Amino acid sequence: MKKILFIEDEAALQKTLGDVLEQEGYKVLRALDGEAGLKTAQAEIPDLILLDLILPKMHGFEVLKELKSGEATKDIPIIVLTNLESMGDIEKALELGATTYMVKASYTLEEVVGKIKKALGE
Amino acid sequence: MSFREILEQLNIRATCKKYGLGMWRCPQFLFLVMGTVIIVTAIITYVLGTRYVADPNVVSLIVLVLTFILLVLTFSITRSLEGLAEANRLKTEFISIVSHQLRSPLSNLKWALEILVSGRFGKIEGKPAGYLQILADNTKRMKELVSSLLMVSRIEQGRLPLHKAEFSLADLAKEAIAEFKPIALSSKVEIALEMAQESLPQAFGDSSQLKIVIENFIDNAVRYTKGAGKVIAAVAPKNGGLLFSVKDGGVGIPKEDQKHIFQKFFRSGNILKYQTNGSGLGLYIAKSIVEKSGGKIGFKSEQNKGSTFWFTVPTKK
Repeated sequence: MKKILFIEDEAALQKTLGDVLEQEGYKVLRALDGEAGLKTAQAEIPDLILLDLILPKMHGFEVLKELKSGEATKDIPIIVLTNLESMGDIEKALELGATTYMVKASYTLEEVVGKIKKALGE
Repeated sequence: MSFREILEQLNIRATCKKYGLGMWRCPQFLFLVMGTVIIVTAIITYVLGTRYVADPNVVSLIVLVLTFILLVLTFSITRSLEGLAEANRLKTEFISIVSHQLRSPLSNLKWALEILVSGRFGKIEGKPAGYLQILADNTKRMKELVSSLLMVSRIEQGRLPLHKAEFSLADLAKEAIAEFKPIALSSKVEIALEMAQESLPQAFGDSSQLKIVIENFIDNAVRYTKGAGKVIAAVAPKNGGLLFSVKDGGVGIPKEDQKHIFQKFFRSGNILKYQTNGSGLGLYIAKSIVEKSGGKIGFKSEQNKGSTFWFTVPTKK
């Protein structure tokens, strides 16, 4: 069973997207802030990480930077899932090594699940 | 400007009240005061200089004092104009903040509803399904309104991002039409795409933004077609660029409303009778996008006969 780490401080999204991913047959690890997300990623080495940007304790960009500089975590695909949509944020995330950048408000849940499957090579 | 409009413009007290400004902070009133001061100054200087005071020094002094008064007035006018500009900026910023804050809860709501409607965790049937659909439809409407408001605030702050590249205008039109097919079908409207020729040059612009314009044209055409009807979209070459148009046989726009059609929040009197949905932002946004893309936008319309809306987009030189 593939492991997906979902770093997101909003409980509603943890519930909607997290539950749907579980139903799709993934093991979903959940983190509610940046620091916890980074620790879980380093301890569990998930197959994919969903990362919000505005997070308590540690900003998403910091988490991204740390993950991409760690030997064990640098190859994990990371999907940035946020409501920030300035070109600057998108470029920065991709530059830091994010696989995909998605603006939550622009996608349906099915589309997000589709992108996740694609990133996992399914 | 007709005489009546000039008089209305001169109703300064009402205008200042509308802006929520005190008289001494209201540009219209200050301009009037300044005009009066200039005229009075000229007369006084003339009368004093020609009849009572022979000494040119005194006359010069009077002129100097009055000029100083004018300077103070001009300064106040500038300040009051700055106040108006600041109020406008705050309004735009307010729209931007509110829309951003509304987005997160709305996308949460949208996803939760999507799960319920999809029946992933158990199907909801019968009457409750109907209520669920109402929730889903209205969330969608709210989301669209918030996106439009965000777009307007970006336009007004001059921050509308355009990422220009080459794209096929015909393909973009086909994509948009396909999205509207279900809605059109349910209101018995047929949408057709006509192409002037097989191979058209690539358009050059931001396709995701121009798609918003195309969607807006088609949405309006379907929306304002009463009963069954046909909507014809067309792509054709025009003056070295490309022309996209949408023609409908709908309710049309009354002559007196035509000049306001691209104004923000404007909604024509006759459509309010048929259809109350709509924010009056679509065509305002469309105009901004088209003009920023280096194209032109326009329409032809006759009440009860229908409308044709068009825009042009450049090709890569």
